Order: sequence, then C-alpha cells, then structure tokens
Amino acid sequence: MQRTSVGARWARRISAALLFTSLPVAAVAQTAPAAPAAPPVKLGIVTFLTGPAAGPFGIPGRNSAEIMIEMLNAGKVPAPYASVGLAGAPILPKFVDEAGSSANQVTEFRNLVQRDGMNAVVGYISSGNCLAVAPVAEELKALTVFWDCGTPRIFEERPLKYVFRATPHATMDNVAAARYVLKKFPDLASFSGINQNYAWGQDSWRDFVAAMKALAPKATVDKELFPKLFAGEFGAEISALLTTNSKVVHSSFWNGDLESFIVQSGARGLPARSTMVYTAGETAMFRLGAKIPDGTIIGARGPHGVMAPDTPLNKWFRGVYEDRFATAPTYPAYHMAQSILGLKSAWDKAAATKGGQQPSIDEVVKAFEGLEFEGPSARIRMAIGNGHQGIADIAYGSFRFNKAENKAEIVDIVRYPAECVNPPDNMTSTAWLAAGMPGAKCN
Amino acid sequence: MITVIAIVTDGLVYAAWLFVVAIGLTLIFGVMKILNVAHGAFYAFGAYAAATAIGLYFDRGWPVVGGYLVVAIAAIAIGLVMGYILERVFLRRVYGKDEVVVVLITYALFLILEDVLILIWGTDGRSAYQPYTEAGSFTVGGLPLSVYDIGLVGFAGLLAIASTLAIKRTTFGRLLTAVIYDRETAAAFGVNVSRVYTVTFLVGAVLGALGGALTAPKISVTPGLGVEVIVLAFAVVAIGGMGSMEGALVGALIVGLFRAGAVHLVPQLELFSIYAVMALVLVFRPQGLFSRAQPRKI
Repeated sequence: MQRTSVGARWARRISAALLFTSLPVAAVAQTAPAAPAAPPVKLGIVTFLTGPAAGPFGIPGRNSAEIMIEMLNAGKVPAPYASVGLAGAPILPKFVDEAGSSANQVTEFRNLVQRDGMNAVVGYISSGNCLAVAPVAEELKALTVFWDCGTPRIFEERPLKYVFRATPHATMDNVAAARYVLKKFPDLASFSGINQNYAWGQDSWRDFVAAMKALAPKATVDKELFPKLFAGEFGAEISALLTTNSKVVHSSFWNGDLESFIVQSGARGLPARSTMVYTAGETAMFRLGAKIPDGTIIGARGPHGVMAPDTPLNKWFRGVYEDRFATAPTYPAYHMAQSILGLKSAWDKAAATKGGQQPSIDEVVKAFEGLEFEGPSARIRMAIGNGHQGIADIAYGSFRFNKAENKAEIVDIVRYPAECVNPPDNMTSTAWLAAGMPGAKCN
Repeated sequence: MITVIAIVTDGLVYAAWLFVVAIGLTLIFGVMKILNVAHGAFYAFGAYAAATAIGLYFDRGWPVVGGYLVVAIAAIAIGLVMGYILERVFLRRVYGKDEVVVVLITYALFLILEDVLILIWGTDGRSAYQPYTEAGSFTVGGLPLSVYDIGLVGFAGLLAIASTLAIKRTTFGRLLTAVIYDRETAAAFGVNVSRVYTVTFLVGAVLGALGGALTAPKISVTPGLGVEVIVLAFAVVAIGGMGSMEGALVGALIVGLFRAGAVHLVPQLELFSIYAVMALVLVFRPQGLFSRAQPRKI
C-alpha cells in the first residue's frame, strides 16, 4: 500500500481548496460587464458578538445585517429597495464586537473611522455606548446610525449632525406599555418596577412612571428596584416584589437577566400575584415558551416579530431570515434591517439628486434628515431630534402559550400610532411626559 | 414580619451561593498563595457543563431526581479536567515566582478560557431550568420560597461542615494545615508539597465548577458570567480573610444578609452595601476577619 506524507496530503487539500475557491471568481470575471463597478461603500457594523447580550441581541442583529447586505448587494431586496447596494455601490461590511467598556468602544469607533476608513457605521445596542460614541462621531464627522440603543437622551441633550437613529427610543416603549396596562387594568391602584441599574433601565422606568402619572394619577409606586446589569440572581428582588400589593410589575430587562428573572419569579409564584410587563419581552418568548406565564404583557420595541404587519417586505424578510438561520427574526433583527434600509434610502436619495453619482457623506446626512422610509415592520419617519430620530407605530400584546400547537403566541395585540406614544419634535421626552403628553394623537 | 423572613431567607440563599463559589478561591489562596482569577472560568465552565448535561438528560425524559446528580457529576468532571490542565501546564512552572506574576498568569488564563468557552458553546445563552422549576416551592409566613434555593442553603451548610472536618480530622487535612503554616518547614519534614498543591488546586477547581453548576438551573447561562462572580467572590474572601474557610463562610453571610437587607429596605444602596461592608471591615482589620497573624520571616 502506498503511503503519502501528511505534508503532501495537506498540499493537495490546499491546492484543491484554492482551485475550488478560484472557480467562481473566474466565472464572475468572464461574465462581468466591462463597465467598472462603483467602489464599495465600507460599512462598520458594531454589535455584541460575545458576552451576555450576544445571544438574544447581538447575533440576531449581526445575522440580519449579513442577509440585508448580501441581498442588497445582489439587488434581491423587494421594492422599494430593489437597486443594488448603496446607490449602485456594493456594501463592504466590517463586523466589530461591542463587548467591553464604553471607553473601549470609543477607541474601536475611532479605529473604524480613522484607521479602516469606514464610510459609515451602523452600531450599538448599549445605551451607554451610544451616549459615549455620539460626540466622537460628531468630532470625526462620521456618519453613524445607532441601530438598537434606546435611551431618549441621544438627541435631547445636544443637537447632532452626523448621528441618526432609525429605531424609535425607549419613551415610546414605556408610554405604550402604560397605555396597554391601563387598558387591561383601568382601576390600577399601585405598581412596581424592576429595571437594570444603568441608562436603559433608569430611563425606561422614569418614562413608565411619568406616563402612568399622566394617565392614571391615582396609581402609586410600591417598589422600584434597580439590580445591577447581568446580576443573574434575583431572589431578594423577587421577595421584595412578593411583599407588595402591586397588580403590575414593569421591567425593561433584556438579555440573560430577562430570562433568569422570568424563570426565578415564575418558580416563586410572582406572576400569580402580579401581571408582569416586559417591554423587551419578545426576545425571550421563543426561547422560554411555556415558562412565560399566560397573560404576561409583552413588548417588542416596535411592531416587530409576531406583531409585525403582513406586508410583502416583512414576508420576504422573515422568509430569508428563517431560511438562513432556522429561527424567526426577533426585534433586534428588525432594528438592524430598518437601520440599514434607512441608510440605503438616504444614500439613494442623495445620489438621485446628483444624477446617480455617489454622494458625499454630507449629502447623505442632508438626505437622511427628516426622511421617511419603509421598514420591514413599520413606516419610519425621522420626525424628531431635528430629523435625526425615527418614530414609528408600536404594538403591545399578551403572551399565550398555545399547548395544542406547542407554540408561543401574542394575543390581544393593540397598535399605537407613532404620534400617540412619541413626543413632538420641539419637546424632550421628559418635558412631554411631565406636561401630560400634550398633542398625543391616539385615534 | 414578612420582610424580616424575606431578608433572612434571601440573605441565606445568597450567602450559600457565595460560599460555594468563594470556598475554592480561599482554599487555593490559603495553601498555594495564588490569587486565582481563573476561578471565574471554573465557575463559567461548570455552569455550561451542567447546562449541557441537564439538557441532554432531560431531553431523554429521564426522572427529575437524577438531574441533580447530573449537575454534580458535570461539575466534578469539568473541574477535575480544567484544574489538572491548568495546574500541570501553567501554574507548576511559576510556583515560587512573584505573586504579581502568578496573578497576571491566572488573569490571562481567565481571559483565554472565556474565549475557549465561546469556541466550545458559542455565543447563544443556554438554559437548563428543569432542576430549579421541578423542585417546586413552599410558603413560609406568606412568602413563597424555592425548594431548590433552600436546598442550596443546606448544601452549603454541609459543605462547610465537611470541609472543616476534612481539614481537622483527616491526615491530608493535617498535611494541608502544615503547608498553610509554612511550606518550607512542611517540605523539610517530608510533606510532598507538590502533591498537596495539585490536590488543593483540583479541589478548588471542582468547588468553583460546582458553584457554576448549581447556579446554572436558575439563570440563563451566557458568556461572561464568570466576570461578575469573581469580583463578588474576592469581596467575600477579603472580608473573611484570605485563605480562611471560616472567613469565607462568615464573609458570605455578611454580604448575603447586608445585600438582602438593602434590597428590601433601601434598594438604591444594594450594590453599595456589599462593597461598603468590605471597606468597613478592611479599615479595621486589613487582613480580614479570620486571617491569622503572620510572623515576620527574617
């Protein structure tokens, strides 16, 4: 029997691999049109690839970016996004892990812009990271689209020129939650809250309490708890909530904390005493299934996921996402998709004013301000924050586990128009809530 | 009254968890004088191993009671494998080196192992809630309590008794005490210090992994969970005294009860309370509550 050396075997494998990978390139080279293609637009995508936020948020966002960019480059996204890439230029993504401190993210952001020459950055789940990166984006004049962070303070503390957020902020989530809670419990006497002790959790609770004060002034706060982010163990907090008479407990928990809290509180019977309201609960509903008690109020930070309307764009998005990743897209996937589509809309609009030529960053910025575009689940209007902050409709519903079909469902879905749950452009969310939400249009 | 019951039970449950995690850390420091930052990795690997094993076990529809055994076996197995590799390949080479160098090495190992964990299990969270939810609950004074949580308190109590007896009543425990007091003198009297080190590190690693494995049924097991734990475990060990098992027990009780009290009475001070207690103890007893006086060697 003839024996070959390990080196020779590896050499053959590498040669075969090189030949295999070169075939498609050669085929493309033979069939490509003679006209030179537009140079690629370099796009930094920042999301949690590791750490506790990766599974429920970062990876669905990354996956969504992967298919959106691939499909846009192939011109396979349905109308109105059927044109290739960004104004004909293919998108060249670079994925960066959001794990680490905010200081680390600022350094990585500078690297993306100054060292790697990114034309734009779509990034950040953590509100702390968005707050830290925003002033640097302005300093570097780098077009930046925040895709998932929720703190309303981004555009309320200072005007920004190069920063956009197509995803509505957390005020909408909590105003809609308050409206839904009061629809279910019109005579609510008291409520409690458990939220993570950082910008997202604090802002969410502040907005929920303010909305409840405006809508049900007699309802009082029993307990307000702020365990640290990624605490994981909530025994004492659950006991504290069990000692109250609150009919409703609000939580903006996300990531592993959300799932741990649902399981721990369920085992100790908290949901039997108080209806839980999870403003970001949709990310856990498929993973936990029957462990979420029926009647739990679930939000999805927009009309996303199972609460999304049955539009052709949504059907296409769900289809390609499920085909590729064998799971339904949750709201972070929708947030990423609508952020990239917002960037494309602005880019294409800016290019259209130049007869199809590639626009400058300042021209894209100008086109992005006040833009309206279709997302997979809602029409986004960059209507507040001087045209830099998107608003959209939102939906809330109640969880139900369908035992017959072994399927998690949301029922009693109520949709709230964007103008019902978002402050107007000339007011901060805090001032709007404190004034009793003047001008809110809910019909 | 219900608040008092809640503070005591919550404090004991949290203390039990802290003690199981911290006892391995303090044991390794006491014997080997190694501040083992990689202990957080033992915890994380224990949690992942248990979550995986529980998933495989319950997928087959086997009886619930065996699930608790699976948790223990998974922790012991992963702790032994990791402890053996780390001690033989890395730490054995740096015994006797400057303590700062050893800390840096264990810190580097911790970071590397965090990535190894992602390579093995990926970034998705893992859940293995069956042992926790199937254990059920009971009510004391109107407050529902988890049977699993109270069982954890019992386990920690047994662990404290077993470790005390093992050190005071067994031959190996006496050898361990000799090495703790003076490594060189113990070696001069014929104690195989190298073997004591290996066994100690393995026991410490298993205890760290057990801490993670016992926590896995309560939480969503996600990358990075070892980071939070190691900080808290250091706080407990610092309060009790580095290297003292009684100290780890008392430190865990102090932290657990103060934290529970803060959550119920002044929730804004929850995190502050833990580190305020630590700072207070260290101001008056910089060596911790139970650390022995150290003779100065000339």
